[in-house]
Amino acid sequence: MNVKYMYSFLAVIVLFLIAYVGTEAVGLQWLFGVLIPYVALAVFLVGFIRRVMGWARSAVPFRIPTTCGQQRTLPWIRPNRIDNPSTTGGVIARMFLEIVAFRSLFRNTRMKAKADGRITYQWEIFLWVGALAFHYAFAVVLARHLRFFLEPVPAPIKLLETVDAFFQFGLPVVYLSGVVLLIAVAYLALRRIFIPMVRYISLANDFFPLFLIFGIAFTGILMRYFSKVDILSIKALTMGLVSFSFPDTEVLKAIDGLFYGHLFFVSVLLAYFPFSKLMHMGGIFLSPTRNLPNDTRMHRHVNPWNYPVDVHTYAEYEDDFREKMVEAGLPVDKPLEPAEAEKE
Amino acid sequence: MKDLPKPKDFYSRLMHRPGSTDWMDTPVDIRKGMYCYAANPKSLNILSAPFARDWNPVEEDWKLPENWQQILHEGFKERLERFRSFKVFMDICVRCGACADKCHFFIGTGDPKNMPVLRAELLRSVYRNDFTTFGKILGRVGGARPMTLNVLKEWWYYMFQCSECRRCSVFCPYGIDTAEITIMGRELLNLLGLNIDWIATPVSNCYMTGNHLGIQPHAYKDMLDFFVDDIEEVTGVRVEPSFNRKGADILFITPSGDVFADPGTYTCMGYMMLFHYLREKYGFDITWSTYASEGGNFGFFTSHETMKRLNAKMYAEAKRLGVKWILGGECGHMWRVINQYMDTMNGPADFLEEPVSPITGTKFENAKSTKMVHIAEFTADLIRHGKLELDKSRNNHLKVTYHDSCNPARGMGLLEEPRYVIRNVCNHFYEMPENTIREQTFCCGSGAGLNAGENMELRMAGGLPRANAVKHVHEQHGVNMLACICAIDRAVFPPLMEYWVPEVGVTGLHEMVANALVMPGENKRETDLRGEPLEGMEGDTDE
Amino acid sequence: MKLIERVAAQQSAIVKKWFELVAATYPEDTARFLKSQKDPFANPVGQTTFSGLKAAFTALLEGADAQTQAEALDPIIRIRAVQAFSPGQATVFILALKPIIRETLKKELTGDSAYADLLDLESRIDEMLLIGFDIYLKCRETLFQLKVDLEKNRIYHAFERAGIVTLESEEGATPEPQ
Repeated sequence: MNVKYMYSFLAVIVLFLIAYVGTEAVGLQWLFGVLIPYVALAVFLVGFIRRVMGWARSAVPFRIPTTCGQQRTLPWIRPNRIDNPSTTGGVIARMFLEIVAFRSLFRNTRMKAKADGRITYQWEIFLWVGALAFHYAFAVVLARHLRFFLEPVPAPIKLLETVDAFFQFGLPVVYLSGVVLLIAVAYLALRRIFIPMVRYISLANDFFPLFLIFGIAFTGILMRYFSKVDILSIKALTMGLVSFSFPDTEVLKAIDGLFYGHLFFVSVLLAYFPFSKLMHMGGIFLSPTRNLPNDTRMHRHVNPWNYPVDVHTYAEYEDDFREKMVEAGLPVDKPLEPAEAEKE
Repeated sequence: MKDLPKPKDFYSRLMHRPGSTDWMDTPVDIRKGMYCYAANPKSLNILSAPFARDWNPVEEDWKLPENWQQILHEGFKERLERFRSFKVFMDICVRCGACADKCHFFIGTGDPKNMPVLRAELLRSVYRNDFTTFGKILGRVGGARPMTLNVLKEWWYYMFQCSECRRCSVFCPYGIDTAEITIMGRELLNLLGLNIDWIATPVSNCYMTGNHLGIQPHAYKDMLDFFVDDIEEVTGVRVEPSFNRKGADILFITPSGDVFADPGTYTCMGYMMLFHYLREKYGFDITWSTYASEGGNFGFFTSHETMKRLNAKMYAEAKRLGVKWILGGECGHMWRVINQYMDTMNGPADFLEEPVSPITGTKFENAKSTKMVHIAEFTADLIRHGKLELDKSRNNHLKVTYHDSCNPARGMGLLEEPRYVIRNVCNHFYEMPENTIREQTFCCGSGAGLNAGENMELRMAGGLPRANAVKHVHEQHGVNMLACICAIDRAVFPPLMEYWVPEVGVTGLHEMVANALVMPGENKRETDLRGEPLEGMEGDTDE
Repeated sequence: MKLIERVAAQQSAIVKKWFELVAATYPEDTARFLKSQKDPFANPVGQTTFSGLKAAFTALLEGADAQTQAEALDPIIRIRAVQAFSPGQATVFILALKPIIRETLKKELTGDSAYADLLDLESRIDEMLLIGFDIYLKCRETLFQLKVDLEKNRIYHAFERAGIVTLESEEGATPEPQ
């Protein structure tokens, strides 16, 4: 029994129950529908900024990019401008590919030796595909949700919805992103549970956000396709949240507890975000092995806290060895003292 | 005799490891053959390092100072503020596992704590406990644990089972660099005097005598004079290296290992022959230094401060001698230090000139601030301009493969220059499989100060992935020579090859250059620098 | 059908089980990596072990000479000799073949002749174990030799730096290949 994922799993179930019971039985719609989302958002914004500021406050004493290609050197040797950038443009390209295409993760190649000894390569692609699917599906789902906060719904979002509903099946029509998100998050979670090596390195903090996001996607899909919640009331609530003009309690009460569970999950995710590994979203921009050019032989990088250190100077060194140096015919800065010279 | 297991138990105990417990519950087992001896207090004292004492890693009592936890906590805090890398890497790992099987020490030893992610978690767990709110509240569930003696021992054991090769960093989606984590871990351990002797003693030697091996100036000159005789024996040409000479154009700095241990010595002879050739033909003017007689920097494996203290000699000596720029020999971590640290730490080198090859006129634009050029860059440029007369066939007895040393590959990007040189000095060159070279190169398993003798099992296990790739080209193409541009490689590959692929030798780049180089006024060469008969000359030497 | 032929017919199943048992001598998470990663360069331990076991099994069935058996076993034991295994742990996997064969051919082990064949096969496994011991010891000797050479060089050169040995004797020592 692995307590790490059981704890996380139970925590997510309990969170849902709190919101569901809290709204359906206790009638705390205002708390779960308005107050907690605001607090969560505030915690998210303040926490996120503080975290990033915290990183930014730490110095970057040295320029330590991990070089993954040929350096810029003699003019007739072609440098790898992206994987070993020597210019800001190269760094931007590297960061861009890293952030939008998870380039480093993609690098995972595997090789097989054929029976005749020849070698073939293949990509160990699952983690990369899983991670990419997860992040993009999440982004699309997030963007689609803007329709709840904007009136009229902007054209790009409508377009996105059309594309997302490309396959035109089901009623209401099925959005691809939601399904992909659910599958991807399930894959990432199962991978953590079933691959011993990954399970071994996983912490409760690794399972919790996965289960939480699974919960968010799952409750979302339930609402859209199965439970058919009162969309109009929800939109009234969400529009109220962005315009600070809250609907009546009656409207809030008309919304199913499932929605409050969903919203509470989102709130918890927001509030949890700045204190967790999810901060990799901000951290990747500040990673010194990726966001700096490999140009330290061309341009001096300045260390803000560079301090003088004790060194053993040449003069001290020569004092230690002068006699032997002279004897060996090595040049010295200070000639031997007469007394020493006599000894010879 | 009671302790002896019954036969049946004994068999099953041999066949199965005890069930795998959570890593935090698996206490560290400091094994013979895997760890290096503790630092000699004398060496630490020379450097005024704290808490120099006799202690033994396998003993229960490490004779720690009373307030050791506080020292570590404060040291940790200070480093989080000083190094954004450290702080960001403590926070953003998602434990995706992409790095797990990229580490040669994990692949070779099978010890799960050698997975880069877990190596970092050893520090992260304490970080969470000491510096994060969630860690403080959730404790163990949140992946946090307090600093205990057992944790400290674990840190020590595993921070000295990482060669800071950065291979994992290549595959990390956030660029988390375990070398950086290990560097910090070792800095913290050094606050408690917990260095290993194989690092501490070379560092104190280097500090006092100018090189890791503690070769005193006259002995350094003696060694090179001895090479002069050897070179004369093979080529009939007497080269004349100069030392500590003021007013020379260029200062040459190379790792002292090449002056001292085979087969690096042949690489050293290679440099001497190249410089002599250039002097005879083009009036090239270069000097060696006995003070800055070490390119390598084991301070880098101790702390940033120690690295700076040792590195300072390079610019100081260049300034004293009044040279125009510095040429650096073949070395791995030396070049990471020069490329990514030297100018920042000990620069600006405004007393030097922007390096220009006096022979080809090539401006080394990429080194215009540090004013230090890699000899592979320098030689590649010479060859490109047709300035060297080379007889490739003299290396026909060699079937060569090339090992990218970790630091020039992943801390610099020096990939094509050495290959260009190799292709121009020998006829038989074969690459190892793609995911074992260039930026994906596998470490020799003995880098970052782990090339001691007592941890031979660790070195052999860590070097297995590299040796395995060499074995592949040996079997496929008959490769019999492993070329490299790193002095540690040259020191550690011979035993590694002897254990895994005994038929393969080890050479530096400039040994091959020198073998091919047609020196003015030389005798007809019958052997290479090692005294091995050249192809077609086998009969002649018998006469 | 003779027992040995039946064993040969089950070759791939037996080797697979054998490999899994060897992998199980590593920690669980490592074992999974050894079994799943097929890239011989990313996973030299797993792949070397697998191909070594296959070769050793073939050698056993064919009654190959000690040399051939040693060539098959060497790569596996060479690896185990530098990992954290005791001599017993490093070589016991050879012995593990016995229960695997007995288990796999349980139903077919009827009649005296089958048992006689089995005893014969198991004796061959015993012999193989001895070959394994030899290899293990040779590997360890090589390791110790490497350590001794290193120490020797270090001490020798320390003497040399201290000026205790002269250049004359150095001439003989330095070119000696390591």
